[in-house]
Amino acid sequence: MSVPAIDVRNVTVHYGDVLALDNVSLSLAPGRIYGLIGMNGSGKSTLFKTITGMLRPDHGTVTLAGRQPALARKAGAVGYVPQSEDVDWAFPLSVRDVVMMGRYGHMGFSRRPKAADKAAVAEALERVELTDLADRQIGQLSGGQKKRAFVARGIAQGATILLLDEPFAGVDKRSEGTITTLLRELAAEGATVLVSTHDLNALPKLADEAILLMRTVLLQSTPAEVLKPENLARAFGLDVTAGDAA
Amino acid sequence: MNPLDFLLEPLSYDFMVRALATSVTAAIVCAVLSCWLVLIGWSLMGDAVSHAVLPGVVLAYVVGAPFALGAVIFGFLAVALIGIVRNTSRIKEDAAIGIVFTTLFALGIVLISVTPSQTDLNHIIFGNLLGVSWADLAQVLILGAITLTILLVKRRDFTLYAFDATHAHAIGLNPKVLGAALLGLLALTAVVALQAVGVVLVVALLIIPGATAYLLTDRFSRMLVIAPVMSALAAVTGLYLSYYLDTASGGMIVLVEGCIFALVYLFSPTQGVIGKRLGAMKRQRMLAAQ
Repeated sequence: MSVPAIDVRNVTVHYGDVLALDNVSLSLAPGRIYGLIGMNGSGKSTLFKTITGMLRPDHGTVTLAGRQPALARKAGAVGYVPQSEDVDWAFPLSVRDVVMMGRYGHMGFSRRPKAADKAAVAEALERVELTDLADRQIGQLSGGQKKRAFVARGIAQGATILLLDEPFAGVDKRSEGTITTLLRELAAEGATVLVSTHDLNALPKLADEAILLMRTVLLQSTPAEVLKPENLARAFGLDVTAGDAA
Repeated sequence: MNPLDFLLEPLSYDFMVRALATSVTAAIVCAVLSCWLVLIGWSLMGDAVSHAVLPGVVLAYVVGAPFALGAVIFGFLAVALIGIVRNTSRIKEDAAIGIVFTTLFALGIVLISVTPSQTDLNHIIFGNLLGVSWADLAQVLILGAITLTILLVKRRDFTLYAFDATHAHAIGLNPKVLGAALLGLLALTAVVALQAVGVVLVVALLIIPGATAYLLTDRFSRMLVIAPVMSALAAVTGLYLSYYLDTASGGMIVLVEGCIFALVYLFSPTQGVIGKRLGAMKRQRMLAAQ
């Protein structure tokens, strides 16, 4: 097997006295989409924060694209699509401005965009079909377009690891389909995509594998296996079926 | 009096020239910084830091150190104390801010009362625009230039920090350093503005211009132009009004800032309470005419 894109070994994270991640180990291969599911408070956001470098684990190691995480991040390997509620949508930035932020790691001290940066941004916008809306203020996009704008930021960045935190919350079915297709294309080109989602029904279409998280990894397997009621029950409590777990 | 004389007469006094240069510099530097403060939600923090620098400035005066040094030390001390109170007790952030900055401000007032000085340190509190010396002006210009240069050169990083700190982490930048840099610049800016409007009113220059610009545009790059232009205009207008009406100069400048904000709040074409409706009515009339 090739070098894992995300290799998490025995990671433990505490918030004060609260145990958020307990000895989590994960190995995610390039070119695949992984669905991350678990209840609120199961550690999904904490896992993302550990990968993006917001949190330093108490124990354990994270390796990204076969390198030390700080080096991989500096090289632009990690793209992040935030949850909608974590974004200030009234912020006075255009779609193009936001996508350009993906290039900052490749720019000089004052982050003045060069021709190559502008070209990468234009290409990324084209790729997610937002070229016509590039000069809109970000809050003026629909739910699905907003997500695509942030995916474009990851594309412009050249990210090989793409993290999406609840990308389908507040997004209609058609946009969800568009985003899924886009992510499948990116995975086919070699990107590793990790998506946290509450939408269990969409999981088989979206993901190659699913990860069931409850402070620790309960199960990493095919979506069909993970979605079996007896497995979901372990993560969400009893009497939960695939339909109404969200 | 013809309009030119109206504008030129005050400038025949050296103290008015210095006052004008000081207030415009302070207004511009504060206005640029205010664009980030209002977007991050640091207005209260600006209030806190600008008050908390007072004891630092007084102590710097006592030991003969640069005011800026004392201000930056006490600025960071205030932020650290606020963080400690918030994180290690059940006290919420707004209360923590209120407790820390008023206490440090009070410390400054007490220090002033026991410090024998040639110049009246009370001027730091309310500003003394008309008493600015050439040396004071030089300090304001130098500090202002340093602050403004750092803010503008690193403006894209600060905006990234304000908009999406997680992404900053993900691409290997350190948002904590960016946040600390902004706070340090805030303390420096407070020193720049002390001369102009005094500790009490600095916060107005640190919030109103950014807030006004935010109501006028959807582009951060334009905010960085609108805010300083508006604030410099307010400083000039306020100073002339104070000259002819014989009123407090610092207070007059802030009053003009507040009036401009009020006008924009009402009449901004996209965000204004009245301006938005007028725009909608105009569009309807045009539709009806077609």
